[in-house]
Amino acid sequence: MSKANESQVGGARVKRGMAEMLKGGVIMDVVNVEQAKIAEDAGAVAVMALERVPADIRAQGGVSRMSDPDMIEKIQAAVSIPVMAKVRIGHFAEAQILQTLNVDYIDESEVLTPADYEHHINKWNFTIPFVCGATNLGEALRRISEGAAMIRSKGEAGTGDVSNATTHMRKIGGEIRRLTSMREDELYVAAKELQAPYALVKEVAETGKLPVVLFTAGGIATPADAAMMMQLGADGLFIGSGIFKSGDAAKRAAACVKATTYYTDAKIVADASRGLGEAMVGINVADIPVPHRLAERGW
Amino acid sequence: MNVGVLALQGDFREHLLALGDCGVTGNLVKSAAEISQIDALIIPGGESTTISKLAKAFDLFDLISKRIADGMPTYGSCAGMILVAKSILDPASQQETFGGIDMQVRRNAFGRQTESFEVDLDFKVISGAPFRGVFIRAPWVESCDKGVEVLASLEVAGVKHPVAVRQAHVLATSFHPELTGDNRVHRYFLEEVCKK
Repeated sequence: MSKANESQVGGARVKRGMAEMLKGGVIMDVVNVEQAKIAEDAGAVAVMALERVPADIRAQGGVSRMSDPDMIEKIQAAVSIPVMAKVRIGHFAEAQILQTLNVDYIDESEVLTPADYEHHINKWNFTIPFVCGATNLGEALRRISEGAAMIRSKGEAGTGDVSNATTHMRKIGGEIRRLTSMREDELYVAAKELQAPYALVKEVAETGKLPVVLFTAGGIATPADAAMMMQLGADGLFIGSGIFKSGDAAKRAAACVKATTYYTDAKIVADASRGLGEAMVGINVADIPVPHRLAERGW
Repeated sequence: MNVGVLALQGDFREHLLALGDCGVTGNLVKSAAEISQIDALIIPGGESTTISKLAKAFDLFDLISKRIADGMPTYGSCAGMILVAKSILDPASQQETFGGIDMQVRRNAFGRQTESFEVDLDFKVISGAPFRGVFIRAPWVESCDKGVEVLASLEVAGVKHPVAVRQAHVLATSFHPELTGDNRVHRYFLEEVCKK
């Protein structure tokens, strides 16, 4: 008889595998127990526990940090679905804290104020898996080489403007397709240009996909946004401010879950889009001065 | 034989690939019309609450339950195991199951993601090397009726918990063979469970 205590924990397969189980689903930002329960009831595959959604971080300004452990634990106690939480880029001590709380995934996130403008966290040192943002393939592969078990395209968080999510998904997808058409000697040059390890570049060229799950995030606010991102090749979605900054959060959350599953069926997406009340007001990314754009954070 | 993989949410594509490795072209199914046409069903890993809520919202729930009850061969991994159980210990709000195996399961029985693990298993009906079980926030079988055959178990703190079970035409595993590239469990389902 095998014993569970003779097992291997924290390997790449269970970390990446956890993200595989989230595919085709929506991960929702929540700031309290009540929102977490609404998200679970609406069919979210996981919740991201944080003190302020990106739209409020943007509006209020100041330094944004890891959430209070008490708040994260209350949410863990309230729902049965996975609970994720964010740390600042490079802030390995915040990640050590989240590991003691047994969150299910850590998001090393550009939405919080970076703690290190040169290094990201060495994610191989943790048994908890990490998700990291990326705007292009090179950035995604650098994060994977540091141990990220899941990637999300960044978009521009807290805007309700989906255009940057579109740009980043098209960019990552296009760069992957380009690699699949290259000769081996060209892949060496591609690795240099992408500033990514050759072994990962070669793997992507051979398989035609990232070695980890690719979600999308940043600005998704409607069922139509969800359906579009899934058709552009996302494995699933993060929705931050888009749900709980809207008129009827419960209804909108359930509608986005439906649109994510039936993303190729426009009739179902149309039905899901009916009578949702007011969407989050939003900001056009073009109106945000470049230094205030969160997607620029990460190196 | 038309084998459907329930494609509401989760790692349904990995199950489709595993079927392909066994020489079977499976189909992703997520509508009543598609589910009515299949001869066998795989329920993938994923979030069991999400899958059951979507099945309810799109009127698939009773159809799937009835087809399983009427004898359609079915295999569930992880979330799929939860969904073919008769009942769940401490279910999330309003969470229901399709049923199929007379057992009660405990969700997230081994703990949160940090306790997810891999281990070699003795799988009763599979010959050769031990089967590498990949357990991700996995359930276990808390209790089951006499008619349920236990195919693999795991000892946790001195107590034995079934992690692979079969009752007539329904098979369930706590772990994810579809993530390992080892298709012996899928082959067992296709060659033994579907045949009966």
